[in-house]
Amino acid sequence: MNYWPLAGIAIVVLGFALRFNPLLVVVSAALATGVLAGLDLLAVIEALGKAFNDNRYISVTWIILPVIGLLERYGLQQRARSVIEGMRGATMGKLLVAYLAFRQIASALGMKDIGGHPQAVRPLVAPMAEAAAVKTHGDLDDDARDEVKAMAAATDNIGLFFGEDIFFAIASILLIQGVFEAAGYPLTPLELSVWAIPTALFAFAIHGGRILAFDWRLGRAGK
Amino acid sequence: MITYEWLYVLAGAAFALWAALSLKDGRWGNAAFWALLAVSFLAGSHLSDLANGVLVLALVAIAGMGGLKRSDPPTTSPQEREAHAVRLGNRLFLPALVVPLTAVAGTLLYNYTPLGQTGLFEARRETLILFGIGVLAALVGAMVWLRPPLLDPAQEGRRLIDSIGWAAILPQMLAALGAVFALAGVGDIIGGVARGVIPEGNVFLTVVVFAAGMAGFTMIMGNAFAAFPVMVTAIGIPLLIETYGGNPAVIGAVGMLAGFCGTLLTPMAANFNIVPAALLELKDQNAVIRQQVGTAVPLWAVNVLIIYVGAFLLWK
Repeated sequence: MNYWPLAGIAIVVLGFALRFNPLLVVVSAALATGVLAGLDLLAVIEALGKAFNDNRYISVTWIILPVIGLLERYGLQQRARSVIEGMRGATMGKLLVAYLAFRQIASALGMKDIGGHPQAVRPLVAPMAEAAAVKTHGDLDDDARDEVKAMAAATDNIGLFFGEDIFFAIASILLIQGVFEAAGYPLTPLELSVWAIPTALFAFAIHGGRILAFDWRLGRAGK
Repeated sequence: MITYEWLYVLAGAAFALWAALSLKDGRWGNAAFWALLAVSFLAGSHLSDLANGVLVLALVAIAGMGGLKRSDPPTTSPQEREAHAVRLGNRLFLPALVVPLTAVAGTLLYNYTPLGQTGLFEARRETLILFGIGVLAALVGAMVWLRPPLLDPAQEGRRLIDSIGWAAILPQMLAALGAVFALAGVGDIIGGVARGVIPEGNVFLTVVVFAAGMAGFTMIMGNAFAAFPVMVTAIGIPLLIETYGGNPAVIGAVGMLAGFCGTLLTPMAANFNIVPAALLELKDQNAVIRQQVGTAVPLWAVNVLIIYVGAFLLWK
């Protein structure tokens, strides 16, 4: 067997470790893999161009940026903060655990487009979490603020990943079904999606617990 | 019928506008990068594969030489924003909610009412198209309501897209890498290697290798979708199901979730891990990944146990 095409994977790993620009790393890996598998360089460039063109829909979502930017210009983040400041008993821990549950349940019902980083985390969830942390723990230094914002983004990801597969009409469930069907194992989407439930519950318990522990740690560091 | 092509025209127009504004701002690298992307969206369907390939190489050359910089178009001060926020109140949230509501409610209506029979949207493409319609509705609504100078949304959008920079097209580029990997047969080779390292007859270790392969290959490809067919056809079906008699539904569903744990750990999953770090202006590019490690690693172990218990102990 010709193992040389695996050099592409080595290029990805090394390129990242050496902090080259990731686009450069990915395209170098693609060219190297194709050529080492015995394909003609021009054919590899053509394959790359065709695949890039076929996958343009992935980058379409950036058209939302003007809407978010415009609302931010008129104080969207400031408004999100003041909503939290006006809430009695709001803590960063409670807020993010509630958002985790909301994101998981919404995704499980097929509403994975509620939430997301440009639409929800930057303008709403992160400023709210930051405001709640400052409200309970007093002023925070820049590193702690960054940690809170990063936790808000992490919570959005985890809520999405471990909620969406409970909804049976989602791309990943359809992919699983397709791969198994092609191999002679017909499965229904529902059979698959019920098996996403145990992991979803563990994800809520583990990440929810970590959010509360993080909030508690912030409070200790502030004293 | 409304197809993805319509969305591509919309996105192409946005990128072209950002290119023009970058040019006016004297940022040549940004202008060239967004202009090439505009060409890809507006004309990609009519270009040859080779021309698209050369376009990709040009995009990468600009990014690789550090040609993309953050920008700082004029905007409102924090004090002005505070004053606007007080004046406008919670109504500010409405336009932001219009987009997901249009996508979600529209998808449900389209799929569960006779509306779907009109064939208004390209089949199975309705959610993203409705997202685009939601963006347009929110933009028009906000413009009519707030009456900002006409170019303001474009300038604010440029600030955000420039802060994301090259990461904006990494997911699309990784999808292209996956296509080349498939062409070169990388999946078959990995499957062969993985089968070679598993001790024969040990179900639990086979589950561990399967789940580790899902997470590991996902980390390299930035996407569990690329890892899944490889690991399932290499280990999942021939060993776990056919040799050891495991439950296919559990192996498929939870195997995918083990891959998602890998997504939480890799900078390659740029839209989930690197883009938010840029959008939130975090000092550490990997700050989001750092917050995810403590959840992803134990959750991966839980997935191994769920497969072992659900697909083998309970199944037999």
